[in-house]
Amino acid sequence: MPIGAVIEFTSITKKFGQVTAVNDLSFTVEPGRVTGFLGPNGAGKTTTLRMLLGLVAPTSGTATFGGLRYRDLPRPLHTVGAALEAASFHPGRTAAHHLGVYTIAAGLPRTRVVEVLHTVGLAEHANQRVGSYSLGMRQRLGLAYSLLGDPGVLVLDEPINGLDPEGIKWIRGFLSSMAAEGRTVLVSSHLLSEVQQSVDDVIIIAKGELVHSGPLSSLDTNIAPQVIVDSPNRDALIMALTDAGVPFTSGRTGLIVAVPDPGRVGHIAFTAGVELNVLHRQKAGLEDSFLALVEGGDSL
Amino acid sequence: MNLILRPVAAEFSKILTTRMWWILALVLFGYIALLAGGLAALFGGLESGAINPDAVNTGGGSSLTGLGSLPPLIYSFASSVGYVFPVLLGALATTGEFRHQTLTPTFLATPKRGRVLGAKTISLFVVGAALGVVGLAASVGVGALVLGGFGVDPLLADGETWALIGRTVLAMALWAVIGVGLGVLVPSQVASIVIVLAFTQFVEPLLRFAAAFTEVTADIGKFLPGAASDALVGASFFTLASPGGTVLEPWQGGLALLAYGLVATVGGYFISWKRDVT
Repeated sequence: MPIGAVIEFTSITKKFGQVTAVNDLSFTVEPGRVTGFLGPNGAGKTTTLRMLLGLVAPTSGTATFGGLRYRDLPRPLHTVGAALEAASFHPGRTAAHHLGVYTIAAGLPRTRVVEVLHTVGLAEHANQRVGSYSLGMRQRLGLAYSLLGDPGVLVLDEPINGLDPEGIKWIRGFLSSMAAEGRTVLVSSHLLSEVQQSVDDVIIIAKGELVHSGPLSSLDTNIAPQVIVDSPNRDALIMALTDAGVPFTSGRTGLIVAVPDPGRVGHIAFTAGVELNVLHRQKAGLEDSFLALVEGGDSL
Repeated sequence: MNLILRPVAAEFSKILTTRMWWILALVLFGYIALLAGGLAALFGGLESGAINPDAVNTGGGSSLTGLGSLPPLIYSFASSVGYVFPVLLGALATTGEFRHQTLTPTFLATPKRGRVLGAKTISLFVVGAALGVVGLAASVGVGALVLGGFGVDPLLADGETWALIGRTVLAMALWAVIGVGLGVLVPSQVASIVIVLAFTQFVEPLLRFAAAFTEVTADIGKFLPGAASDALVGASFFTLASPGGTVLEPWQGGLALLAYGLVATVGGYFISWKRDVT
């Protein structure tokens, strides 16, 4: 069974001319867990992963697998399997030939081609030219490439993009089983909800900087609960809240008050003589936490 | 040893698993067979008297005896005309990696990029030589057959003919290496193809023709890649068509071609190959 290595980013920075795409990013990814690498589009996820894989040279800092940079790995495909975007194929080559080329380059047995195509469910399309593949099939082929060397580390950039619901369900189970075998699994996505069900840890970046890292559950407590309140006489309620000096915003279903205790909001209304028809506490979801993190850009 | 053999084997596999190589080989064969067969028939017919010389406009003056030995001239079409095919294959093999973003899986499998480029150069050298064999199968195969048909000795028992055939294979192999170099210098596939076609079909023939007018330019002109290639092969219709031009020795021509290929490849390594793959 392949053993996963720890992925370690140390102060990695990438500047494209004047633009800083990734700024002083440091975090580790542990084996035996699925780690979600999250951030909005353009946050620098792909650049970070490409630096990890030696495809993009960092301006400063390092990224290593068990202490070794990618290019110093003695047998890279045996150690790390990576699937980046879904377009790295010659359209005139068949899937089997595409994978065959890289088994030769990496000195892997040719039998791996059939095995990985079978794993990702493309066995019956093995001899079809990739040009005729759908986006979902290309995603699967990219994944097949990453599995060629039966690596202990998987690095997947937006692997769920373009998959059909059945494929999404399959890949979630697949990622979990890989981690359960002791492998290191790093999966990027711009949507938390896409990976929420399968990740153990999250690394969140925004504008090239780390905004949060920790277990998925740590996101839960990141945003203080709020109180939703409404009144048949909303203007009176607004006046009462303003007088009491509590911050609030107008929402679809009422006023969202930034205090954790509904009792206090009720008391404010009661003393002002305002009738209430809505008063409850709302706990922010993970997605709200995630959005607050990437939009605010502040570490909580 | 595996460190270079594996990437070389992978590069061979890349070429052989797409259709381009045999399409180019087929067109090369047809084109050269037509040209060599046609001209062999024309000159063979003139030499044997089967065609009345008065019926042909030879541009006045230039008689057939002035053309020297006919068979090597016909045989050299394989490279003097066919060299564009290995250049194209080399350029396509390299620019295709950029265009289809296959540099990503390639560099993931072999992170030492210099090794990949070296492997590509070696494999294209061999495939270029194979294209040379295809071109020669057309120029010698068809040419000799037609010449023989007109009673002209195809000189196939002559050792010099076989030496020319060997040098032609080498020239075609070196042209494929130049193609790889061009591909890394100009990674845009469309731009690369335009440069290959414009340079080989138009710019260079014109330059070679113009260079022959003065001694100074002729000394420079003989180093043009096409001229160097013809010098390496040792016979060319083009060289005869501009008799004022001076020619390099075959070994000098070979070295000049190799230099073009290596300089372009090393330059391209720094310009595009070493860059970030995004």
